[in-house]
Amino acid sequence: MTSTTTTVPSAGPVAGSRSFLSRLREGDEIARVITFLFAASVVLVTLLLVFELWQGSVLPRHKFGFNFFRTSVWDPIFDQFGALPFIFGTTVTAGVALLIAVPLGIGAAIFLAELAPARLSDTLEFFIDLLAAVPSVIYGLLGVFIVVPLMREYIQPGLKNTLGFLPLFQGPAYGVGFLTAGVVLAIMVIPYIISVSREVLLSVPRDQREAALSLGATRWESTWKVVVPFARTGIFGSIFLALARALGETMAVTMVIGNTPTISASLFSPGYSIAAVIANEFTEATGDLYLQSLIELGLVLFLLTFILNGLARLLILLTSQRGSEMSHV
Amino acid sequence: MKRIAGILLVALALAGILWADTALSINGAGATFPYPMYSKWFDEYHRKNPNIQINYQSIGSGGGIKQVTEGTVDFGATDGPMNDEQLKAFQEKHGSGILHFPTVLGAVVPTYNIPGVEASLNFTPEALAGIFLGKITKWNDPAITDANKGIKLPANEIVVVHRAESSGTTYVWTDYLSKVSDEWKTKVGKGAAVNWPVGLGAKGNEAVTGTVKNTPNSVGYVELIYAEANKIPYGSVKNAAGVFVKASLAAVSAAAADAAKEMPEDFRVSITNVPGKSAYPISSFTWLLIPEKFSDAAKRDAIKGFVKWMLADGQTYAENLSYAKLPKEVVAMELKAIEKIQ
Amino acid sequence: MSARLRWRKFVSGFMLTMTGVCAVVAVSVLFFILGYLVFHGGTSISWSFFTRLPAPVGEAGGGMANAIVGSAKLLMLASLFGVPIGFFGAIYLAEFSGSTTAFIVRYAADLLNGVPSIVIGIFAYSLVVLPFKHFSTLAGGFALGLMMIPITLRSTEEFLRAVPNALREAAMALGASKWKTIATVIVPAAYRGILTAILLAFARVAGETAPLLFTAFGNRFWSPGWNQPTASLPVMIFTYAIAPYEDWHRQAWAAGLVLLGLILAINIVARAILSRGIAVPRS
Repeated sequence: MTSTTTTVPSAGPVAGSRSFLSRLREGDEIARVITFLFAASVVLVTLLLVFELWQGSVLPRHKFGFNFFRTSVWDPIFDQFGALPFIFGTTVTAGVALLIAVPLGIGAAIFLAELAPARLSDTLEFFIDLLAAVPSVIYGLLGVFIVVPLMREYIQPGLKNTLGFLPLFQGPAYGVGFLTAGVVLAIMVIPYIISVSREVLLSVPRDQREAALSLGATRWESTWKVVVPFARTGIFGSIFLALARALGETMAVTMVIGNTPTISASLFSPGYSIAAVIANEFTEATGDLYLQSLIELGLVLFLLTFILNGLARLLILLTSQRGSEMSHV
Repeated sequence: MKRIAGILLVALALAGILWADTALSINGAGATFPYPMYSKWFDEYHRKNPNIQINYQSIGSGGGIKQVTEGTVDFGATDGPMNDEQLKAFQEKHGSGILHFPTVLGAVVPTYNIPGVEASLNFTPEALAGIFLGKITKWNDPAITDANKGIKLPANEIVVVHRAESSGTTYVWTDYLSKVSDEWKTKVGKGAAVNWPVGLGAKGNEAVTGTVKNTPNSVGYVELIYAEANKIPYGSVKNAAGVFVKASLAAVSAAAADAAKEMPEDFRVSITNVPGKSAYPISSFTWLLIPEKFSDAAKRDAIKGFVKWMLADGQTYAENLSYAKLPKEVVAMELKAIEKIQ
Repeated sequence: MSARLRWRKFVSGFMLTMTGVCAVVAVSVLFFILGYLVFHGGTSISWSFFTRLPAPVGEAGGGMANAIVGSAKLLMLASLFGVPIGFFGAIYLAEFSGSTTAFIVRYAADLLNGVPSIVIGIFAYSLVVLPFKHFSTLAGGFALGLMMIPITLRSTEEFLRAVPNALREAAMALGASKWKTIATVIVPAAYRGILTAILLAFARVAGETAPLLFTAFGNRFWSPGWNQPTASLPVMIFTYAIAPYEDWHRQAWAAGLVLLGLILAINIVARAILSRGIAVPRS
């Protein structure tokens, strides 16, 4: 980091020419140091976070090693901790959420980017941004009092009667469980998919569409066969972003997933997710191994979202760069 | 706009600082089982002593033990006494011990929600263990119907509801099941949080009650008052003498009466499945966990004052809330034990 | 028109209609949420909700005055902690830093932004609660402030960078020092954008529940000072919603309405500020 003092500041080419002393006298050097401290504290606090998580989960890593991820017994009495049911629950609920949210979200994004007049598109986008701002505990509240009864009384019995031959839709209809958590998560992540996909679609150069249309493609064909493939990487990015958000979601999931560590083929079955088990058990985990196992779960969650977020940003960046390169040609 | 925001910020900051000295705040956390009782007590006590406010958060007994050991709260509360290991851990961390103070007695009842069944059900210990082990899966299983002649039970699948977090209610419940079922004892064991063979988890007595209330064909276990206050049915349980007893204050007191005579010094005692004929078998004391040593004298005196008040006036509120009062012998012992708090 | 073409036109029309349906469904969720909250919360909201302390368990009545003040204190603390770091950090990135440092800081901020809120809670617990031996407003404010940093930092930086270089050069040509340029020219030019960013960050953490569960904890009474556990609206909604008492459900709805109303209002105001802005593009 010491190298930066010699670098020419990126935004102000004029500043490089003055001597250190005059910069100091005029307060530039002081301002630089002060703002640098603030910027550095961001890095510091992030490192500290990773360090705390790593340091806080030493015991289970030594005791269970990789078995932590492979075993499914979560038993505080006999000090056995396996994360598999939580990883399973997190994955399944996020998977269900994406199955619902991706088609719906991309459909809506196509409408907003390709069809709707600019003013309507902006208005709808405004509402969708608001939707993204609704806090998760509110989704949980609605989940508990609307989605869960709806699931128990109508949707789950309905699925059981029609698709009950599939192992996915068997077992008693509790209302809470993987399916319900997935549905609530889907509602929560749709705005993210729409927002980002719309941006990405809008960045596709005009001439791509015009070329397709002039070749006689229908509007849908030009959209689906030309514009969407062009924006594909960015759309994947939006999906990863949504996935990261779904994996880390806590409150809404805790309120509707049933809070039982199970691995089951049935989506009706109650389950547990990584974030939910931390929320429920963290304040009361007696015994170091128990507590540290929860922290290790936190670490797992952190790493998962870290990787997904990284991928998402990369993909979105690639698409928009491609878009701007093309339009400059 | 900036100015308004600025003024608001300053006002808030001032308010925060001014409040700092108005009252002595004592923080406790733990069991949800006696939460209705405690919140009533702390409310009344604050009314009588406006300068003392005792904030109690019902995060579960395990949480009470953990947080008082960490020192993040001033006292804990639990329905399952701390075990020797936990006592040792506290001793090591603080260099002094922690005391158990029984406050009231309660009963854990099997509560259920079966559409169309209004009658109160009878549960044998075998039926309860079977249901919670996942061996009895339908309401019309003979193990249940044999004890309930004349009640028509549906062939629906039983939805088991249990606590999601570690809890003293679970401790009492599994302590009982371990005493009556060998299979339970070896497979699951007793504890504040166990590895449940079946069922849905819900956080807190509140949420178990809520889930049972909202879920047809479910069965769960909650502290008596939660079943009564929410008007959901609960069943009678066959006690060690072979009598079906429905939880009541008298039946809980009967269970406590025997235990009171042989109360150990440290008050850590289990009163599930005691032999008395009229005793309700899933009864328990519930305890406050108070450290022996306080660095803050004001806090220490406030807590001692509260315990004294709780043992005298406080007890009169118990029955209104469906908790049984402490037996006289126990009160006398506790008054002596208060002096150990330094 | 050949049959083939007609079919293609039909598919086109149908699919495009479907995308419209998707958009309508997505947006109507918002109106459903709002409608339901207004309906349930509106009927349960009362004067005592804003002015009284919670009643003892199982007794009807009482309010959430302490949770409202608690939330306000938490958010104030969070802003005091998160906004300066985000703001000054962004100034460093946009005006002073070299590309390597900028990359590292930005990377760290993005990483922090992606950390699930529950993990932030763990972090604040082990960093603030355990050493101080207190669940406290301080710990809760720290956790929320931490979440405000990356949002404030990244958007502020973008808005600063969007200020045309010509402005910088003009100011410096007049002999202003760099920090004077920043303070008198660049920041004022971007202030609408920055204000929007801060407001959005504020709204984002206002509804956060998970990081507060084991930092701010809860309190039945007023929380004096900063070093005591405190009630907060989101946590109250959570505990009240999963409890069995009708009266608590009622209050959870009311609290949900208040919280959501506040958050949406801030969002709308923030966007309004931005849209009246001048040379600042949308991020």
